[in-house]
Amino acid sequence: MTGDTRSGAAGVRDRADLLARFMIMPAIVYIAAMIGFPFVLAILYSLSDATTGDPTLRLVGLRNYKDILADPVFRTSLKNTFVFALVSQSLVIVLSRVLATALMAEFRGKWIARFLIMLPWTAPISLGTIGWLWMFDSIFSPIDWILRRFGLLGVPGALLGPMQNLYWLGEPLLAMASVVIVHVWRLLPLATVIQLAGLSSIPKDLLEAAEVDGARAWRRTLEITIPLTLPIISIAFLFGLVFTFTDMTVVYVLTRGGPIHMTQVLSTWTFFKGIEGGDLAQGAAVSLFMFPVLAGIAALVLRVARRTEVV
Amino acid sequence: MARVELRNVTKLFGGVRAVDNVNLQTTEGEFLVLLGPSGCGKTTLLRMIAGIEPPTSGDIIINEQIVTHQPPRVRNIAMVFQSYALYPHMTVFKNIAFPLRTRGVAKAAIKEKVAWAAGMFGISSLLDRKPRELSGGERQRVALARAIVREPSVFLLDEPLSNLDAILRASAREELRQFQKRLGVTTVYVTHDQVEAMGLGDRIVVMNKGRVCQIGTPPEIYQWPADTFVATFVGSPPMNLIEQGELLIGFRPETLLPAVFVRDCGEMVTYPFEVTWIEYLGAERLVYGNIGEKCCSRHVVSRLPGNINLAIETGKTYPFTVARQDMRSFDRSTGLLIGRDPV
Repeated sequence: MTGDTRSGAAGVRDRADLLARFMIMPAIVYIAAMIGFPFVLAILYSLSDATTGDPTLRLVGLRNYKDILADPVFRTSLKNTFVFALVSQSLVIVLSRVLATALMAEFRGKWIARFLIMLPWTAPISLGTIGWLWMFDSIFSPIDWILRRFGLLGVPGALLGPMQNLYWLGEPLLAMASVVIVHVWRLLPLATVIQLAGLSSIPKDLLEAAEVDGARAWRRTLEITIPLTLPIISIAFLFGLVFTFTDMTVVYVLTRGGPIHMTQVLSTWTFFKGIEGGDLAQGAAVSLFMFPVLAGIAALVLRVARRTEVV
Repeated sequence: MARVELRNVTKLFGGVRAVDNVNLQTTEGEFLVLLGPSGCGKTTLLRMIAGIEPPTSGDIIINEQIVTHQPPRVRNIAMVFQSYALYPHMTVFKNIAFPLRTRGVAKAAIKEKVAWAAGMFGISSLLDRKPRELSGGERQRVALARAIVREPSVFLLDEPLSNLDAILRASAREELRQFQKRLGVTTVYVTHDQVEAMGLGDRIVVMNKGRVCQIGTPPEIYQWPADTFVATFVGSPPMNLIEQGELLIGFRPETLLPAVFVRDCGEMVTYPFEVTWIEYLGAERLVYGNIGEKCCSRHVVSRLPGNINLAIETGKTYPFTVARQDMRSFDRSTGLLIGRDPV
């Protein structure tokens, strides 16, 4: 049989696999150049004795890791990183569920409420944190002012003490609370949007069926809504955890890790040690310490998300 | 067992009257079918009986008690949704047990009841599966089992067979009717499928545009449709309607037969029938064509049973007759049936 083979055969332009490779290429190049290269460099640095003054690579094995593990500031930073991430994300998950549930209902001025809730996400984190810096000011804090107005502070016998100010960023516990508050403020909008998506993906039929089956609101929430949105809650939790783990802006702007390293986290300690202190090698080792932790968390939460997938 | 009564029930969605001043009453243990095209308000009506949707005005009475503003859980009703609404994260056992747990039934009793309900629908072997591992027919059975497990006094069904394939639907229809008879629970069943309505209902409520057009037994609805909407909605193909002065004359396709095949019993009307199209459906033939003088509404269908093997060709004209007792007359402007006597 003879025929025009050109019109019948699949040309290069018909090959979907080539197109797919072509379209994924920019992402791969980007990841390799912007993440892969610095990552490999960080591993090399962490195994060397490089400093900002002398960045030549002389490998010294695992000495840097041993040194940082022996450093009490590192151990405090590690603990703080976990405390900040877990406490703030637990609060974010609860509060975002409350907000998302409220936003599911129809009410007047819903769009303005939604806009206001989204606002912190649109502000640059450093600017937002500078705003909070003033809120937590040791003398001019408006929070303290409100507490004084309500008689909770600044008079003898007041609930929070007779002093005029709480010194938010000066007291270890309050400083930690301040960092957590700013993290919660910052990540609440994203988590709310994610939870809103989760809530609106539940078929209305299911909740109505539960209502007909005699379930009151609390049982519908506990037995239908929460189990069905668990995958998406884990996604929100993972996102928030990674954001909090890797963020250094909030601590750097608010407390610089103080008082006496009480709010130091791994990311700020990396910066202080590696850049400001000039010890590139130890800085790299500190920063790499977060990597297996984050990879582990990501794998774990994705596994949970897959297991609870229901449809 | 219970009686359901609706008094002047109206539901507005914005400015739209989804349900318009509906009055109806079931008898105890009755199988009542709400039939109508999509958007006629039948599902809204069912949701109001369930208590998921509050009526704008009017009253809903179950077991002599006004329940209009009471939540679903105190109405002692069970509902099967069109989508079945099985809880996807729970096993079949937990799905069926859910309505019992919300009522605080003891664990041992729950086990016993679930076993009873599952046995009733032949799904005892599926209790450990999740809904996504079930076929459409099995899901429907689980939904029914979940509905009957707490022995409700009223059973509400929203097109429960519409997601099944045609063969399964026929057998499911038969089973549904048998189990309803066995339990004797008052049932309100919503469908847009007139075959389902005719086959299942003790009585049928035909609805259109939020209003009730007719309430009656299947033969009443079929033989004596209250208006031209019911006449054309019930029956497939629908009732033929031809214009005759100020009237519309209606007769069912199976009553229009070739004159040579009809024994003269009573008064007959014969029309010249110009055949335009023939559909061969195996057990029957549908013969489309025009009768009478040329005017706007004279296109009719004749349904010939398979045992009439008369040769009929398109383009030709044959004499066809209808018995006068099978003819109905409707007012042309209102569409309402005139009298209950044959034309």
